[in-house]
Amino acid sequence: MRVMKDLLFTNEHEWVDVQGEEAYVGLTEFASKALGDIVFVELPEVDEEYSAGDSFGVVESVKAAADMYMPLDGVVTEINTELEDDPGQINQSPLENWFLKFKITNKSQLDELMTPADYERFCEEEA
Amino acid sequence: MKEYTKLLCDITKPGRTGYRLPPDELKDMEVEKGIPAGMLRQDEPALPEVSEVDVIRHFVNLSQKNFAIDKGFYPLGSCTMKYNPKINEDMAALAGFANLHPYQPEETVQGALQLMYELDEMLAEITGMERVTLQPAAGAHGEMTGLMIMKAYHESRDDHKRTKIIVPDSAHGTNPSSAQVVGFDVVEIKSDKSGNVDIESLKAALSDEVAGLMLTNPSTLGLYEENIQEVARLVHEAGGLLYYDGANANAILGISRPGDMGFDVVHLNLHKTMTTPHGGGGPGSGPVGVKKHLVPFLPAPMIEKKGDTYYLDEDRPQSIGRIRAFYGNFGINVRAYTYMKTMGAEGLKKVSQMAVLNANYLMHHLKNYYRLPIDRVCKHEFVLAGLGKKELEVNTMDVAKRLLDYGFHPPTVYFPLIVPEALMIEPTETESLETLDAFIEAMAAISKEADENPELLKSAPHVTPVRRLDEVKAARQPVLKCAMPEGPQ
Repeated sequence: MRVMKDLLFTNEHEWVDVQGEEAYVGLTEFASKALGDIVFVELPEVDEEYSAGDSFGVVESVKAAADMYMPLDGVVTEINTELEDDPGQINQSPLENWFLKFKITNKSQLDELMTPADYERFCEEEA
Repeated sequence: MKEYTKLLCDITKPGRTGYRLPPDELKDMEVEKGIPAGMLRQDEPALPEVSEVDVIRHFVNLSQKNFAIDKGFYPLGSCTMKYNPKINEDMAALAGFANLHPYQPEETVQGALQLMYELDEMLAEITGMERVTLQPAAGAHGEMTGLMIMKAYHESRDDHKRTKIIVPDSAHGTNPSSAQVVGFDVVEIKSDKSGNVDIESLKAALSDEVAGLMLTNPSTLGLYEENIQEVARLVHEAGGLLYYDGANANAILGISRPGDMGFDVVHLNLHKTMTTPHGGGGPGSGPVGVKKHLVPFLPAPMIEKKGDTYYLDEDRPQSIGRIRAFYGNFGINVRAYTYMKTMGAEGLKKVSQMAVLNANYLMHHLKNYYRLPIDRVCKHEFVLAGLGKKELEVNTMDVAKRLLDYGFHPPTVYFPLIVPEALMIEPTETESLETLDAFIEAMAAISKEADENPELLKSAPHVTPVRRLDEVKAARQPVLKCAMPEGPQ
């Protein structure tokens, strides 16, 4: 069970769950609520290499389409193909439904991500 | 037929037809010969079989369920759903226009060429540009054309490193996608608290890799960019070009011109600003105007004049080429020309003044019932952020659906994305004070209902041909094909 306090966050509303040399990425509850019912997800290919801030995929709801961004430099090692078949799971439990797992290539960038407390303040400003 | 909601595949009857063919004179010919077996159809095509009167009643009944600008108020923000004067249709139906063939010799279509030449001149005057192409068939098509021109300009100067286009987050949604289609990388920059381009973010984004900036002005927030000259100066100093999305030109006709603001390229949406049909097929028209230094890159052909004779000039060596078959949606351009000629220069200026006045009138009254995130004089439209505190219980979608029960087309909802629970309202100039007041009254009543009986909103609409549609199911499990009845056809 993933909980907010163990995660880091981007200002594009991705959560990051760092597990040693790798990390999972997903969409925060705040963002999934703002988007509404998610109806489509586009994921990248495994082995794709990204820099922090690159768009790696798309989430589409009945209201809007939004890009998903890489929180850190990295190489995709696994994608959650279940989301492509049933994107509604993201609305039900945004923290459990990761989009992709990647190998972190530049750990120093971790300092630039937001802590849970920072992210909470950030969302309050956005609301 | 009051409750008619059938599909053609529901009313098909095997053998029923709306035609009678003469005897088949080719029945002894082996037409299959010479066609590869894999390309031959094995079954009869599964098409509905209905009589002529069935088809007519089917489509007339469905059309009467539609909402249209000719039926009522249609404040769909960003879309400029204004009344389309019927004289436009009369002019487009004149035999000399309607029956033209695009391959007719030039000397037999001088009137049509003259009309297009003059429309180019009039649109150039309104936008402050040198020349205008009428080829693009829609706004986004115009954006693509303009961006291709910008690309051609940089490449003609051997400047190949400019791969980025800056797009503010208050731009039309088509801007970033057009830039992507033309092969640029999109750099998004934020708006500041008053809805203007954030100058510091712009400075940070500018470099010698930036091909240009696309600006929607007034923006999708309905706000005039207050730092427009500063924005133009900064982009030009960095060697970039300025693209003006003129989709919101209904706010500025005869008052300010993109050319004077320093812009190099602009597109207009004639199906918005110039009262040509819009929605339900249009078709659209998205002319693109450019300053003198970009004229050589305009799509070929252009219409030119030698003495008293008009001709299509294909001899344009630096042109980006043809971007549409023939020369744009000619019938639509006839309508736009008619509108501009009937309004005249003073009339068009009055259009913008009234469009802005109507929007401000609505904004002034509706902010008493809905949340107004940026309280500043708006232009042709404004954006509300839903009902405010009540939005967890009743959201913007519920308000929009309830408006249908009051007989109004809802405003644009959930766009722009930078405003939560957005309701984007554009009344246009063609609406009377009485219509605006009736709309305010309906919006106020809905706000009251949200407090007293939220269920009424959540289950709306109640009096439309169909009740609330399940958008989520429609998106997740779309049914895209009419299922024909089983059995022998």
